[in-house]
Amino acid sequence: MASGTQNLDELIGKEYEHGFVTELEADTVPPGLDEDVIRAISAKKGEPEFMLEWRLKAYRHWTTMREPAWAHVHYPPVDFQAISYYSAPKAKGEGPKSLDEVDPKLLETYNKLGIPLKEQEMLAGVAVDAVFDSVSVATTFKDKLGALGIIFCSFSEAVRNHPELVRKYLGSVVPYTDNFYASLNSAVFSDGSFVYVPKGVRCPMELSTYFRINAQNTGQFERTLIVADEGAYVSYLEGCTAPQRDENQLHAAVVELVALKDAQIKYSTVQNWYPGDEEGRGGIYNFVTKRGACRGENAKISWTQVETGSAITWKYPSVLLEGDNAVGEFYSVALTNNLQQADTGTKMIHIGRNTRSTIISKGISAGRGQNAYRGLVKVLKGAEDARNYTQCDSLLIGHRCGAHTFPYIEVKNPSAKVEHEATTSKISDDQLYYCMQRGISAEDAVSMIVNGFCKEVFKELPMEFAVEAQKLLGISLEGSVG
Amino acid sequence: MLSIRNLQASVDGKPILKGLSLEIGKGEVHAIMGPNGSGKSTLAHILAGRDGYQVTGGEVIYRGKDLLDMPTEERAREGVFLAFQYPVEIPGVSNIYLLKAALNAVRKHRGEGELDAMDFLKLVKERMKLVEMDEQFLYRPVNEGFSGGEKKRNEILQMAVLQPSLGILDETDSGLDIDALRVVANGVNALRGPERSLMVVTHYQRLLDYIVPDHVHVLAGGRIVKSGDRSLALELERRGYGWIEDELRATGS
Ligand SMILES: Nc1ncnc2c1ncn2[C@@H]1O[C@H](COP(=O)(O)OP(=O)(O)OP(=O)(O)O)[C@@H](O)[C@H]1O
Ligand SMILES: [Mg+2]
Repeated sequence: MASGTQNLDELIGKEYEHGFVTELEADTVPPGLDEDVIRAISAKKGEPEFMLEWRLKAYRHWTTMREPAWAHVHYPPVDFQAISYYSAPKAKGEGPKSLDEVDPKLLETYNKLGIPLKEQEMLAGVAVDAVFDSVSVATTFKDKLGALGIIFCSFSEAVRNHPELVRKYLGSVVPYTDNFYASLNSAVFSDGSFVYVPKGVRCPMELSTYFRINAQNTGQFERTLIVADEGAYVSYLEGCTAPQRDENQLHAAVVELVALKDAQIKYSTVQNWYPGDEEGRGGIYNFVTKRGACRGENAKISWTQVETGSAITWKYPSVLLEGDNAVGEFYSVALTNNLQQADTGTKMIHIGRNTRSTIISKGISAGRGQNAYRGLVKVLKGAEDARNYTQCDSLLIGHRCGAHTFPYIEVKNPSAKVEHEATTSKISDDQLYYCMQRGISAEDAVSMIVNGFCKEVFKELPMEFAVEAQKLLGISLEGSVG
Repeated sequence: MLSIRNLQASVDGKPILKGLSLEIGKGEVHAIMGPNGSGKSTLAHILAGRDGYQVTGGEVIYRGKDLLDMPTEERAREGVFLAFQYPVEIPGVSNIYLLKAALNAVRKHRGEGELDAMDFLKLVKERMKLVEMDEQFLYRPVNEGFSGGEKKRNEILQMAVLQPSLGILDETDSGLDIDALRVVANGVNALRGPERSLMVVTHYQRLLDYIVPDHVHVLAGGRIVKSGDRSLALELERRGYGWIEDELRATGS
């Protein structure tokens, strides 16, 4: 028959839309890593002594560590000495004071990506701290935020202008000894975002950062720190995309969130890094440590993520529920297509009394994609009346992909209530046929079913992000039906 | 409207349709009856474009075009609609979402613009009255947890919204209670018109009391073995299928 509901595995795979390289003179440190390189990075950034000391301690610790091998992913070993640990667009004299001073080529890059800063500034009311390679080049809305006492700047700026805050909170959630990638990041982190929302202040707009890996062969080591002081509220959006290239690129970011008493942080990510071609060549390796601490009563942290990119993703946004009545949430959609591998999940550590956590994880596998959910719910002895609800659903498209679920539950307090539900379903040929018999194309049918599957997570995303996420899933799945 | 000529088809090498011919004119209603396993659903699915059948001979011309050459969704957009014997469940996708996506796909194909949310809702609610369906069904996932009868109503609702030129109803009456049968039949009758042809597959003459067919055919052994008017259905009801086979043997065909 001429129709094609049958061959779900036949993948066409749309060429990665954002595959282009901006030609910019990059100020790059030669490949390799030792203490001198770290001193050089720190010096280039004009960092205070405490920062350099912290980096060196992290580096020395890292040299004693070994790469973890337990994630359900496979990749050739990374040669850490072949990576260049610093790359910044060349500064012409002083840094830009406004968008007009930003390198036009850079702005062009963002335009190609469909994120025109100016338009966003004017239309969307979103303050953007754009990270191009490793150094922030444009920060907007600073004045408006400044009037409320909110600090939103690049991490380097924070180190220079607010060293007391950085010193107090940096590493307080993810210590430099935490894990292999976090230690490496602590030693060599290039830049990232810093947010501080003072007591009782509700941040009036979504804060947003776009990451982009550009200079070839440059590992990216973003460092993000968000602090919501007592009773504060902030919603932060992270989105990213990268140009097409041939070598695998390492990305090892660290994100730390601190929510004090009665504070709330909502952190949303739409991640669209280059996943590699159909053979998995050239994709990004994404090893990220994201963790938040509810450091006070009634504090609340929500992670929402939509992951469609990267060749390999290894990522477990977690929440330490330290304060009584603290709330942790994790909403995730992870999609793997072709040869993509994702090993993601969350950790909810219940420490305070009456703490609550919710985990909603939606994994979608297509092509030969492998998707693993790894979740830990840990209830410590003092966490009286802790509650967790976990729902973990997998959707398979085709016959050669896989979904794996590894839930770990550790309960040290008998009053805890931990619920876990898991389902696995498949998009069936009959479902596609039914939709097609109603005039809907196979691709639209898949996208409709997938979006339906992800509904619970999408409704947690800010409006514009939800629309973008739906589009992204559509693009990522293009060609997943024959 | 539809012209099926000597159609032969098999599944996994097993012949199911063995030279089936049938002409359906514009605006006509044809009832197809026949024993279990005789190939009625197979015929319906081959017309609708399901994968997995090998057409080994014959042809199907729909409004002057080679139907079997058209992709499944194209056939639907060109006005071929199948009300499934076993409607498929689609968890997570609301009924209204599917209806809207389907209608817009069909409208786009016809060169009409997409309906906006307001007009669409108005249209759907109006058509729901036709099959006396409660609005809550719009917001439930497609067919998930629907009772057998509710699924069948939902099929007719979709047909009422999409307004096809050729409606194929595969045992829409089975699983319906007596009142629902009347309601659904009335809904179907309301869709009858000079531009719309229907092929109604059923086991029960009762349905044909409500949806009065122009022609009745018996499908047996992969072929139309007898055709007649409404009275044939009544005769089948009385005598079953055995006598037709006897008749066939007697004439040696
Ligand atoms: N996928 C398949 N694999 C093997 N045999 C099949 C397949 N689909 C249909 N058949 C066979 O084809 C024949 C016709 O089936 P079909 O469903 O068309 O019958 P029907 O006339 O609709 O019967 P009923 O009145 O019970 O609905 C049956 O013998 C059935 O077992
Ligand atoms: Mg049947």
